[in-house]
Amino acid sequence: MADKATIIVQSGYMDNLYSALIIGTGALSMGMDVSMYFTFWGLERLKKGQLDAGPLSRMNLLGLGKWMMKHKMRQSNVRTLEELLQDFAELGGKILACDMTMEIMGIGREDLRDDVISDYCAVGTYIKEARESEITLFI
Amino acid sequence: MGNEETITELNVTGETCPVPLVETRKAVRKAQPGDIIEVSGDHPASKEEIPMAVESLQLKLLSVEETENGWIIRIKIPEDTDG
Repeated sequence: MADKATIIVQSGYMDNLYSALIIGTGALSMGMDVSMYFTFWGLERLKKGQLDAGPLSRMNLLGLGKWMMKHKMRQSNVRTLEELLQDFAELGGKILACDMTMEIMGIGREDLRDDVISDYCAVGTYIKEARESEITLFI
Repeated sequence: MGNEETITELNVTGETCPVPLVETRKAVRKAQPGDIIEVSGDHPASKEEIPMAVESLQLKLLSVEETENGWIIRIKIPEDTDG
């Protein structure tokens, strides 16, 4: 049975999303099973059309910092968040949306990207997976 | 005579992390036991990372060759694995 990596994506910052997806796709590429649990601000990114909406966690400079970062990424031919998300799903990664966050923040299933979300769940599911995982991360 | 071996060529020149690794993984998933995948690229870190993934995935690393523009890594899918 393959090793597992479980990642909680709680923040909605662009750089944090990149880290989560690069680590997630990296782990899948090394033969691990990977689950990503989206909560709070991370779940906002799974709303339709909102994947790119996060600011940088630092040096956002009212959007200028984010623009510069995206510019550098384009120059270095870095994949977009959407492409990384598709790669993640294609390689068998699981994307889970937190029920509780949805309730608190008034997010309905119809608001979210059901094309990429594998399942909706609560903390018990996360704990069950996390306790069996070699890698657990909180991003 | 010899076995029917499919050789898949994957060119990830110009791609940065994590693309070479991700595309290699996708190619491995599509390949059949006995197939050979030839990945060519120029990202320095991937020259180290792809052999690591090959080991993790329990595939066979045939060769790592430096070229003028970068590197070529040859991978064989073992006969008794399901990728």
